[in-house]
Amino acid sequence: MEVPILKQGHYLIASIQSALTDADLSQLREALIERVGRYRARGVIVDVTALDVMDSFAVRTLRDIAHMARLRGSETVIVGIQPEVAFAMVQLGLTLKGVATALDLEEGLTFLDQQTKARLEERRPPTGRLPRG
Amino acid sequence: MATRSKERPSPESGLPAHTPGTAELLRELVAHLRQNRTQLREEWARRITRAQLLTAMTEEEIFAEATSVYDNYVEALETGTFEALQAYARNLSERIIPRGVETHEVVGIVLLLRDVLARSLFAKYHEDFDKLNRILDAYEPAANRIANTVAVGFVQERERIIRQQQEAIRELSTPVLQVRERLLILPMIGVIDPQRARQLTEQLLQAIRQNRAKVVVIDITGVAAMDSNVANHLVQTVEASRLLGATVIVTGLSPEIAQTLVTIGVDLSEMATVGDLQGGIEEAERLLGYKVHPLDETTTPA
Repeated sequence: MEVPILKQGHYLIASIQSALTDADLSQLREALIERVGRYRARGVIVDVTALDVMDSFAVRTLRDIAHMARLRGSETVIVGIQPEVAFAMVQLGLTLKGVATALDLEEGLTFLDQQTKARLEERRPPTGRLPRG
Repeated sequence: MATRSKERPSPESGLPAHTPGTAELLRELVAHLRQNRTQLREEWARRITRAQLLTAMTEEEIFAEATSVYDNYVEALETGTFEALQAYARNLSERIIPRGVETHEVVGIVLLLRDVLARSLFAKYHEDFDKLNRILDAYEPAANRIANTVAVGFVQERERIIRQQQEAIRELSTPVLQVRERLLILPMIGVIDPQRARQLTEQLLQAIRQNRAKVVVIDITGVAAMDSNVANHLVQTVEASRLLGATVIVTGLSPEIAQTLVTIGVDLSEMATVGDLQGGIEEAERLLGYKVHPLDETTTPA
C-alpha cells in the first residue's frame, strides 16, 4: 500500500494508515527523500498513529528518513507513537536516537515551526538586539 | 451428618437393632445443647477469658459474640448444612479483623467451644459409656467440620482484605499529577519492584497521551534503594516518554542512589537530572516557556 504524502506549506506530511511491508517502507523512504528536494520542504512529518506494531526494520527506516532528510536540508519529526509501541520499542532497544518525536500531528507542526524559526533567526544578519539566550 | 441415617453397628452393645441412627443422635444432642444453652454459653465465655483469647474485645462483646456463635454452631449441628455458618463466619471475620483479632484466637475459641460441649456430653452420658461413644461418633465429625468452616472463613476473609489492601497500595503509589498545562509530576515512593516499575511506566505513558504533556518530572526522593533492573527501567521510561514527544527530568536522587548507580555502571547519560523537585519544576517551567514572578515586585524579598 502506498503512503500518501501531502504538502502543507513548507512541510511534507506522510500519514501511515495501515501496517506496511518492508517494500512499502523502502518506497516511502525514497518518495519522501525525493520530494524534500522537489518541493524544497523545510520539514517532514511521519504520522505513525495507526501503527500498533513497529519492528526493527520500520524503526531503522524512520531513522534513515530523518537522517537523509537532514542531509537534504529538512528536519524530520515522527509523531503519534502509541504508548504501548513506545514501551515495546525501548525494550527491544529501538530508541530512534537523534530523531525528533512528538505526541501528534499538531505537536509535530509546532515543533517544526520552532525549529525552522530558530534556523531562520540564525541566518538573519546581526541586529542591534542582544542575541537570544 | 444429618442426612445420613445409616445405622452404625456397635459390637459392644450386642443390640444393634436398638442403636439409634446418627440423625437421631444428633437430634438428641441438639436438644441437650438447647436445654443447657445458658450454662454452656457462660462456661465457654469464661474459658475464653481465662485462656486470654479475644483480648481486643470487652467481656460483654465476647459474651454477645459467644451467644451468636453458639446458636449458629447448634444450628449447623442440627441442619447439617454449613452455608449459614459460612456466611456468619465471614460476617464475624469482617467485624473482628479490623480490631486486630488473630487467626489463632478464632481457631482457639472454636476449639474451646468444641471442648466445652464435649465435656458436657461426658458429664451427661458418663454412666452409659456405649451411648457416649455413639454420641461422640456423631458429634465429632460435625464439630470438626464446623471448626474447619469457621477457620477457613476467617483466613479467606483475611486474605481478601490483604489482596484488597495490596491493590489499594498499588493504586495509591503511582499517582501521575498535572501541575501545569503540559507538565506532569510522577512522585515515586517506596520500594520499586519490576512489576510496579512496569505499571508506573504504563500509567505515565497513558497520562502523557491524555494530558498532552510536554515535560514530565519524575521525583524519586521517596525511593530508598535502586538496583540495576529498576535503574534500567527508569532509563527505558525516559526513552519511551521521549518517543511520545515528552522530555523527562529526574529529580531527588539521594546520595546513596547516585553512588549505587555510578558503581554498578548504569548509563544515565541520556537522562536529565536535577537535584530536587523544586529545581526540576523550575527547569520544566523554563522548558515550557513559563516565567514565575511575584505579583507585586515591591514585595520581593531582597
